[in-house]
Amino acid sequence: MMLFAADPLLVGDFGWDTLAIMLGKVVIAFALLMLSVLFMVWFERKVVSDLQNRIGPNRAGPWGLLQTLADGIKLFFKEDLVPNKADRFVFGLAPYLSLIPAFLTFAIVPVGGDFTNNNGVVPMPGGEQTYLQVADPPIGVLLFLAMSSLAVYGIMLAGWSSGSKYPLLGSVRASAQMVSYEAALGLAVVAVLIQSESLSSHDIVAAQQGGIVNWNFFATGVVPFFVFLIAGTAELNRPPFDLVEAEQELVGGFHTEYSSIRFALFFLAEFMNTVTMSAIIVTLFLGGPNGPILIDSLGWFFPTFWFMLKLFVFLFTFVWFRATLPRLRYDQLMDLGWKLLIPISLGWVLFLGAQSIGRDRGWNSIAIVAVTALVFAVAGSLLVAAINTAKADRARALEEDPEGAHGRFT
Amino acid sequence: MTEVYLNQFLILAAVLFSIGVYGVLARRNGVMVLMSIELILNSVNINLVAFSAFRGTLGGEVFALFVIAVAAAEVGVGLALVLLLYRNSKTIDFSEVDAMKG
Amino acid sequence: MTDAVILAYDPEVPRQIAFFLIAAVMVFSAFRVVTTKNVVHAALYLVLVLAGVAAQFILLGAEFVGVTQVLVYIGAVIVLFLFGIMLTRAELGDDESVATERRGMAALTGVLLFGVMTYAVVDVFDDQTIDRTEASTTGQIGDAIFKEYIIPFEAVSVLLLAALIGAIVIARKD
Repeated sequence: MMLFAADPLLVGDFGWDTLAIMLGKVVIAFALLMLSVLFMVWFERKVVSDLQNRIGPNRAGPWGLLQTLADGIKLFFKEDLVPNKADRFVFGLAPYLSLIPAFLTFAIVPVGGDFTNNNGVVPMPGGEQTYLQVADPPIGVLLFLAMSSLAVYGIMLAGWSSGSKYPLLGSVRASAQMVSYEAALGLAVVAVLIQSESLSSHDIVAAQQGGIVNWNFFATGVVPFFVFLIAGTAELNRPPFDLVEAEQELVGGFHTEYSSIRFALFFLAEFMNTVTMSAIIVTLFLGGPNGPILIDSLGWFFPTFWFMLKLFVFLFTFVWFRATLPRLRYDQLMDLGWKLLIPISLGWVLFLGAQSIGRDRGWNSIAIVAVTALVFAVAGSLLVAAINTAKADRARALEEDPEGAHGRFT
Repeated sequence: MTEVYLNQFLILAAVLFSIGVYGVLARRNGVMVLMSIELILNSVNINLVAFSAFRGTLGGEVFALFVIAVAAAEVGVGLALVLLLYRNSKTIDFSEVDAMKG
Repeated sequence: MTDAVILAYDPEVPRQIAFFLIAAVMVFSAFRVVTTKNVVHAALYLVLVLAGVAAQFILLGAEFVGVTQVLVYIGAVIVLFLFGIMLTRAELGDDESVATERRGMAALTGVLLFGVMTYAVVDVFDDQTIDRTEASTTGQIGDAIFKEYIIPFEAVSVLLLAALIGAIVIARKD
């Protein structure tokens, strides 16, 4: 049973050089991710301070580039506090639980390889060939969804095991938020899967080659991309969805009681998740390493360059969000997730499905769009009517009984 | 040549099933009882997938997926009941819920 | 590539090693689920069991079912459990009311049940082996669900809808 047979590296005999290449890929991906986190923390602080008319870190190293390293060393040598009422084992476990999914998700991201001429296959020394991604399991994208649902555990257990009020509230908020937005995230991914007809991240990238119009950003009709971007930001607990650690309400949120290296691990996981999520967005919607090969002799260089460039755009977007958007209220957050994103992405999936069947059966594409618009209008107005009725009911109940449970949200 | 026996999966499932049954019978905490039921459902799933691999058909795998979906529904309703119980009687101990006994 | 071949062994050996390692972890964690006094620890041990089940699915060549197991069970069901625990009794430490006097009878039932099932299984499938050679693909499973098993699939979707509405109605505050 060859689970990872899709990678040409594993076709044929499994020799020492195969093993060496695999280990090399793992080590390089790990180092790349760690370096990008170091850079990302500095980048975020610098860009935010630029946007807020401050200078930002400028002491450690040129332009403050080594600030993160300095912070890391400081955190490493601080006292490691465990609260008296904490559940010691879970308290120690939680930071790792939030770090590991971030690493594992990055394994399925293709970071290079010439998809235009060579289907992403890169020749390696020793006559082997491989894809530039750590693993290409046939269930690829589902692994990403599974890992993003595992990421809830780190936050939830951190909050619970601290044995303190604010972290617990933060973690309850987090779990509700992440589970809610996972649905929208999953439905946006389904739109991509309908388009590329495969779960493997390599196949998804390969299906997007051949020019910018083939990117899923356009091919799935833009809507899933924005749903994914918003739901992804919520999944990362980044501003404007950072209710998990809303400083004004919850002190520091789930990691209030954490200090020293354990806090550093949470910090690392947060930024690593940002990098990984950006990489996943690039893979799913923006063609991954696809892009023009400008100089033929540099065929190995350009795909990675395009990938990094696109990654950088999203990293900047996330920082931009943080610097410009005000935080949502909790009920607004839930409303956005359940009443807007999920219905829209669900409707869009149905539309893409109808289109896909229509192509097979030769239906009139204008008729499909017309019927879809009609169904959207009817379903949308029904939904709006239902929400308004519920709101009016709640308002009336509150008027009759101001002390009752209806007015408060729990 | 090492062989993969069907029995090794079936016996593993039997162990999990028995532990689950023990949990359902011995526990009084509502959430714990639900967790034990999850153990039982999972042992059934192992059986379904093992037989699916044994017979080389997909029916078992498909039904394992259905069982997963049904389990999700079961937990949703079960936890709603436990929450209701907690709200009404401030306990989730099943053995203390005997108000109907008159 | 014939000079340095590592994979020249019987591919079933690592599978068997993996099976027994994972099975041991699963049985131990399952025991802890039903014996530990701390509800959150029980949920965490249950996560270990469920992850083990997912791993066994993958060993059996059912990747899609395995990853669905992780997605639905570990990602949603246990999170729901933890949510329920935090909403009801979030206090840390041991939960005394979990200990019980009915342990003896329950253990007897469990052991008897295990004995009967093991006897039956060994009797019927004595030395039958699983010799599936390739994993099932997501496409095959999709075809099976939407062709052969479309009616149970629809039934499950109606069931899920009913459960959704039911859970909301039960948990509502009025």
